[in-house]
Amino acid sequence: MMHALVQHIGILRTALRRIFSSRLGGFFNILVIGIALSLPAGMYLLLQNLQGLVTQLSGTPQISLFLSLDAKTDDIDKLRRQLAQHPDIARVEFVARADALEQLKQSTGLADVIGGLQQNPLPDAFVIYPKPGEAQTLEALRNELAKLPRVEQAQLDSAWAYKLEALLKFGRIVALILAGLLSLALVAITFNTIRLQILTQSSEIEVAKLIGATNGFIRRPFLYFGAAQGLLGGIMAWLIITLSLLLLNHQVNALSQLYASQFVLHPMSFGDSISLLLFSMYLGWLGAWLSVARHLSQIEPR
Amino acid sequence: MISFSQVNKRYPGGYQALKSVSFKIAEGEMVFLTGHSGAGKSTLLKLIAAIERPNSGSVLVNNQNVGVLKERALPYLRRNLGIIFQDHKLLFDRNVFDNVLLPLQICGFDHRESSKRVRAALDKVGLLKREKSNPIALSGGEQQRLCIARAIVNRPSILLADEPTGNLDAAYAQEIMAIFKSFHQVGATLLISTHDTSVLQDTRVRTIDLKNGELQTASLSSTSGGSAQTTSTGSGQA
Repeated sequence: MMHALVQHIGILRTALRRIFSSRLGGFFNILVIGIALSLPAGMYLLLQNLQGLVTQLSGTPQISLFLSLDAKTDDIDKLRRQLAQHPDIARVEFVARADALEQLKQSTGLADVIGGLQQNPLPDAFVIYPKPGEAQTLEALRNELAKLPRVEQAQLDSAWAYKLEALLKFGRIVALILAGLLSLALVAITFNTIRLQILTQSSEIEVAKLIGATNGFIRRPFLYFGAAQGLLGGIMAWLIITLSLLLLNHQVNALSQLYASQFVLHPMSFGDSISLLLFSMYLGWLGAWLSVARHLSQIEPR
Repeated sequence: MISFSQVNKRYPGGYQALKSVSFKIAEGEMVFLTGHSGAGKSTLLKLIAAIERPNSGSVLVNNQNVGVLKERALPYLRRNLGIIFQDHKLLFDRNVFDNVLLPLQICGFDHRESSKRVRAALDKVGLLKREKSNPIALSGGEQQRLCIARAIVNRPSILLADEPTGNLDAAYAQEIMAIFKSFHQVGATLLISTHDTSVLQDTRVRTIDLKNGELQTASLSSTSGGSAQTTSTGSGQA
């Protein structure tokens, strides 16, 4: 067991030595893999962050129901009962026009301006908290409420959030396509690197076959090479993403302070980082395996 | 140990390298394979190591029909053989020591044991002092001896040598022959091909003589059968 482990470590060392035997070439390979992976992974991370923002802002969707200015107390009571019985509505809050004006005075510092008004321009309003549901049902509810008598306007407060979410879904698909294509590119890069390696080591492979090496023995260093190169490429991608995020966060901070909000881009989670590394390692291994399967049989001793 | 029966080998393109060749080599025997260039000596050796497969007939090595051996089983056959190649097939990206180490790495020996064996093999061929050199810095004779060291480090029961003295002058050739004889004395089975019959002159050994891919019956004499007959079959290329 121990002995086998020592042997595998030896093979791994040979593989790593091969990566760095041409320092610049090896580094560039890793850089290319890193860049290829950082694009979809970075995009995914950005979308993840935006997603967080959306849920934070649209936590509980509300529908604001503004009544016409000539609505009477009777109308309002009738409407209140009607709304309370509606199956899709969880809770209803009434905001009288006088209260609304008072609130506006306090919160905006426009007391002077508002004080100068002849009459209260604000309508009575209901704030409606619907039961949790899909964007479409909320939209349908809004349409239904808008048609009620004495209702001037019904506004779905989080509509923009749903639109953004739809956009994010689109972005996620783009990221997925990008990830698929660039993964293929990674496999292709490894395939080619291993092909060149096999060519330069054809004499060693031939001799090894002649003196009794199994195919597994010959294959192993190439597979280790592919996996190690993939892993190093993954680490490179992680570094690219993390450094870019640090740069962006600086700017995002300044931006969100202007909007008096607290928004920072979160770095890649531990689980996601590990997934990225394992995935790139697997792709490197796969490329090497395909290449070895394709090219090793072509080298037969004569 | 090695047994050919009615072996035919035809290369793609129609060239008939061996024509119904039959012979037996017993365990512990040392046999020379003679014949002019192109007589089929290399092909015969390649059939034993399953580098080539016969078109018909059977090649038995340790009672195993290597002509029909599965690809997966080949490595284990070859680990039992020590092969000394005409063109040495040394690796110039590593030193002498690591060249000899390769067969042991392939078989999975641990580090300490294999170092010991490599040094013993190098000592036997007189290259112990050159273990750090690159094989490219060795003379032709030394390269040949390095190839021998690599073939024997695994302690195979059968040694195959393809023209081991081919490009060497007489003194080197005698040296190499002496190494082979010492293996013979410790019980290894040897099959050595040569077109240069002069190295056999003072040796009483069995020879198998090939001519245009056919076995010359006259040469099928054993060690006890008299050396005069054995050595007279050379084609005079010496």
